[in-house]
Amino acid sequence: MNFALWTPLAVPVVLAVLSLTGGARPLGRLGPIASSAAVLLSGLLLVAAVLGGQVPTLGGGLLRADALSAYMLTVVGAVGLVSTWGGLGHTEKAPGRFAGSYDALISVFLAAMSLAVLADNIGLMWAAVEATTITTAFLVGHHRTRSSLEAAWKYVILGSVGVAIALLGIVLIYAASRGTGEPTLSWLVLSRTDLPLDPALIRAGGALAVLGFATKAGLAPMHSWLPDAHSQAPAPVSGLMSGVLLAVALYAILRIQTITDAVIGPDFLRVMLSVGGLLSLFVAAALLIRQRDFKRMLAYSSIEHMGMMAVGAAIGPAALPAVLLYMLGHGLTKATLFVLSGRILEVEGTPRIDDVRALLVRRPGLAVPWLIAMAALVGFPPFSIFFSEVGIIVAGFGTGMGVVVGIALVLLLVIFAALTRLTVAMTIGAPAAAPGTDPAGAALPGTDPAGTVAVPVRATPDRSAHGPRLPLILALATTAVVAFIAEPVGTLLARAAAVLGGAQ
Amino acid sequence: MFDTVFPQLIGLCTGALLLTSALMVWRHSLLASIRLLSVQGFALAALVAVIGLEEGEAEVIIVSVLVLLVKGMALPWVLAHETRATTRTDEAPRLNPTAGLLTVALLTILSYVVASRLLSGDTSISAHAAPIGLAMVLIGFLLLVTRRQAGSQLIGFLVLDNGIATVAFLTSGGVPLFLELGISLDVLLVVVILYVFAGRMRNKFGNTDIDQLRKLHD
Repeated sequence: MNFALWTPLAVPVVLAVLSLTGGARPLGRLGPIASSAAVLLSGLLLVAAVLGGQVPTLGGGLLRADALSAYMLTVVGAVGLVSTWGGLGHTEKAPGRFAGSYDALISVFLAAMSLAVLADNIGLMWAAVEATTITTAFLVGHHRTRSSLEAAWKYVILGSVGVAIALLGIVLIYAASRGTGEPTLSWLVLSRTDLPLDPALIRAGGALAVLGFATKAGLAPMHSWLPDAHSQAPAPVSGLMSGVLLAVALYAILRIQTITDAVIGPDFLRVMLSVGGLLSLFVAAALLIRQRDFKRMLAYSSIEHMGMMAVGAAIGPAALPAVLLYMLGHGLTKATLFVLSGRILEVEGTPRIDDVRALLVRRPGLAVPWLIAMAALVGFPPFSIFFSEVGIIVAGFGTGMGVVVGIALVLLLVIFAALTRLTVAMTIGAPAAAPGTDPAGAALPGTDPAGTVAVPVRATPDRSAHGPRLPLILALATTAVVAFIAEPVGTLLARAAAVLGGAQ
Repeated sequence: MFDTVFPQLIGLCTGALLLTSALMVWRHSLLASIRLLSVQGFALAALVAVIGLEEGEAEVIIVSVLVLLVKGMALPWVLAHETRATTRTDEAPRLNPTAGLLTVALLTILSYVVASRLLSGDTSISAHAAPIGLAMVLIGFLLLVTRRQAGSQLIGFLVLDNGIATVAFLTSGGVPLFLELGISLDVLLVVVILYVFAGRMRNKFGNTDIDQLRKLHD
């Protein structure tokens, strides 16, 4: 099964080279989709291997897939597939001259993310995360407008300074491991509990590393790049950044936490992560109440969910399975929503919520999936975000962090109300002058509301869907059922959380 | 013989690193800052070479050549190329030179206080010099937040990065070679990207003043 460790790195890179040189022309714009599919398949193979009791390694232990890495790789592939496949209709309108480099950058981005989760070395993971800043920089600035240039500049400066701080932390952790005789950056070695690591250096290094990766994860107060970058990037890129990049940054924080917990106890990072998480929830709540732009609305919702995941990470092992499930649920839902937001932006020509009215009557092909995905996002059951949030809250009360969880719950309710109001404003109601009423589209929900979502597997894009529907249906269906599958999903999550608990 | 010279060489190299960082805060001309950055790259390479000679490791010597090529030559060359294209090459920073140098002094004292608590168990010569690296990180931050030109912000980022490299070499003899390669490549690419964006900024706005990037907000 070891080959599945290099396929998610090699296949996207090869496809990127083909996209750049024009060799992928027979594939059309399918290069990034093939890359995502390769990552997803490798992830599933590794999951199968891990559940079979193996731990595939490669390159002298440099690449290693334990349960957590295999799960994260699957998340990267699944979210990548939804974003790139769902974004097909969008990217076809991109300027032809830049189409090749656009596809190539997305493939390289996926390879870098795969490397970040598969590397059994903090330094290598750091280099991979920094590489994602480099690849997404041009994707954020893809539209070449004044505002996208501003967003890209802020993103690169803040992102690289953030990961530079993380590098300083990693250097200190490396220095702390000199006491073991052979300095190392391997996760596997560092998270053993019997190592004589220098506590002062681990404390400083852990704090700096978590601070740096929290910048990349969009946690407040280092979140200011996120709404700008997410609102200016092309929709599929926003989906990838929100669903994959933030989750991988959080994955790095979880791994660092394992190391520091073993040396200086869990209290130190618990305070840091609780403060960061609650602050993120507060910032999201404050700025969602009066939000006017629907892409920025989704960006602030990402800050909200990352904040909630950080609270879960602060709680510790009891909440970790919920946090890991959260990453998948949030990634798939947010990728779906960003893809839809790109289509709405394209057909309506405006990112302002006030200008997009009565979508359900005018464009049901977009409004119905949008409504379902928003319901999943604000935390309605049966979608998995609901179960993750409940899991984190219950675990919080169980471990004596009732105050933190209580504040989080209040902020979640405010955000729920704000998001519901904005969604209703966009979708429900009668069209103002009703010139754009689409009789063909309006007939669809009358037949069977569930049918519009589940049945259409026509390959040609429907006039009212403005792009492929299947990836969105698959994503929403997955988030709806994944929480109910005890075997193998539950087992996998438990084993992945056990990796972070220090036990293997 | 080398053992007696070693502490002096370490002191000389780290002194040069701190001096060039402080001078960058003082000077307002972009081209002068870039020359100082190049000197700093050479000093860092010399520091790495000294550590490599002391430890007798060939790998560290290779890293020092790499540092010389990337930080001493390639990055300053890219920056100078970009700067010559701009019409305004001097800076109107938010701090005057006196306040800037005073802040540098305070930051250096701060880093000595922090480092003495962090590395209390380590009595080696190189660990004694490690606060310099921390001071460079803080000075890089200072440059990032007080400068208004795109080029100056880039220099601040590079001083920050040099500081991290200094801490790495002084506390643990540097990270493994393949990592050093990856880190150098990443930094080089970030600078190239920011260079491209600065070029686009000049095409769109006519200058590279960061203060005009204020359109996106809530």
